Amino acid sequence: MAKHHVSTTINGDPAEFLCDTQQTLLDCLRDELQMTGSKEGCASGDCGACSVMLNGRLVCACLVLGVEADGATIDTIEGVAQGDELHPLQKHFLDEAALQCGVCTPGFIVAAKALLEENPDPTETEVRYWLAGNLCRCTGYDKIIRAVMNAAAEMRGA
Amino acid sequence: MSFGGNVSEIQFATPQTVKEAVKCLAGAKGRAKVLAGGTDLLVQLRAGMVRPALIVDIKHIPELSAVKREDGGFRVGAAVSGAELGANKAFRKAWPGVLEGLELIGSTQIQGRASLGGNLCNGSPAADSVPGLIAAGATCKIAGPKGTREAKVEDVVAGPGKTTLKPGEFVVSFFLPKRPKHAGDAYLRMIPRTEMDIAVVGAAVSLEFDAKGVCTDARVSLGAVAPKALLVKAAGKALVGSKLDDDALEAMAAACRAACNPIDDKRGTIEYRTKVAGVLAKRAARIALERAQA
Ligand SMILES: Cc1cc2nc3c(=O)[nH]c(=O)nc-3n(C[C@H](O)[C@H](O)[C@H](O)COP(=O)(O)OP(=O)(O)OC[C@H]3O[C@@H](n4cnc5c(N)ncnc54)[C@H](O)[C@@H]3O)c2cc1C
Ligand code: FES
Ligand code: FES
Repeated sequence: MAKHHVSTTINGDPAEFLCDTQQTLLDCLRDELQMTGSKEGCASGDCGACSVMLNGRLVCACLVLGVEADGATIDTIEGVAQGDELHPLQKHFLDEAALQCGVCTPGFIVAAKALLEENPDPTETEVRYWLAGNLCRCTGYDKIIRAVMNAAAEMRGA
Repeated sequence: MSFGGNVSEIQFATPQTVKEAVKCLAGAKGRAKVLAGGTDLLVQLRAGMVRPALIVDIKHIPELSAVKREDGGFRVGAAVSGAELGANKAFRKAWPGVLEGLELIGSTQIQGRASLGGNLCNGSPAADSVPGLIAAGATCKIAGPKGTREAKVEDVVAGPGKTTLKPGEFVVSFFLPKRPKHAGDAYLRMIPRTEMDIAVVGAAVSLEFDAKGVCTDARVSLGAVAPKALLVKAAGKALVGSKLDDDALEAMAAACRAACNPIDDKRGTIEYRTKVAGVLAKRAARIALERAQA
């Protein structure tokens, strides 16, 4: 069988790629489109390093087939900063030193952004539950949670 | 990178109607697999546990992704995600216990995709949304080469990883009946962690009461204590006619313990799972009662 020709929208721009049925969306982003911001930590839905938005919903790109992106809208970490202007979440991750190796960071930022769009004023408990599917082996989470809380406050204008 | 080594090519179909989907599934050369949210299927593909010749994505079929009112109850598409059903306020009000089970599945990311149909048809004895559906008295609409049929949710799973679906059949939607005035349901699971774990025991209870607070109908379902989720009829019977006093609750718990036939592993011994089944069922019944009174 020939490869699938997938037409999709990524971070607001049209994008196309060819893939086999069994390639995941994460494989396609990284290997076919060279968008390597989304990371592969586990490839089994457990770590959240591959978090992307699919039709406005937070999902693990490692648990989506590339062919499913046909006709869909995808938002990735590459679309979070506006040119050189970092998103408040990105700034606060830097300010709080909320990353060490950084493999988990794109997933945390994409997931946290999805939370703040739905709930601009979350409690710390809500942040921790929302991000329970994002694992970090380095930081111990506290700095990440603080960065998200600070970014939320800045975005609310508080 | 792709799944495993030299996998032979897998075909992919995106039918737009139930009829087309049945045609794809029934006409497949080799094994066909339905794809809903993929949170089980993709893990199994990667692990080489399944090798389908065809994957059929059912999410483009309008019926599969819709939540509608029907006869005062709800008709929920089998592929509706946890995030989507959770956003439906009327559903949450009518069936909080069913949602409790569905929303316990995985993380926010998993909720963006995981469906009731996938949770049921994957056939895990510990599937978290299944006891709630069974306690609710939910039925499902199944489409196949011979047309559509309705089945009770408790009759869909045959055992671990196995369903009673015939070749070419798939689950289209679930029907949850109308709730009377005084009714409530609840689901609780026991896990060693606080998030992201597989149930050691799950218990769902759905109750109906008359105006005097006497229980008129009760359904109790247990997960992870047998090869498939159980409807424990004797447990429900122990509550009917009572106001959920301690004696009635203990009789219900005893019926739950008697129904258990669990595995013995490092996550829970037979003795532990059996005892916890009774405890959880009591707690879930108390929550269901509170909800019925609210
Ligand atoms: C990180 C992680 C955590 C998880 N945590 C939990 C948990 O806490 N509790 C729990 O119960 N599960 C858990 N799961 C398992 C999984 O998310 C659920 O079982 C989920 O509900 C599956 O739904 P899906 O739509 O993704 O199914 P899919 O993966 O699309 O399908 C699952 C199976 O059912 C079949 N199928 C799907 N839909 C239909 C249909 N309509 N008709 C016929 N067959 C169908 C598929 O062919 C496949 O065999 C977890 C998974 C991951 C990756
Ligand atoms: S790589 Fe997708 S969840 Fe870990
Ligand atoms: S910074 Fe290394 S995993 Fe989070």
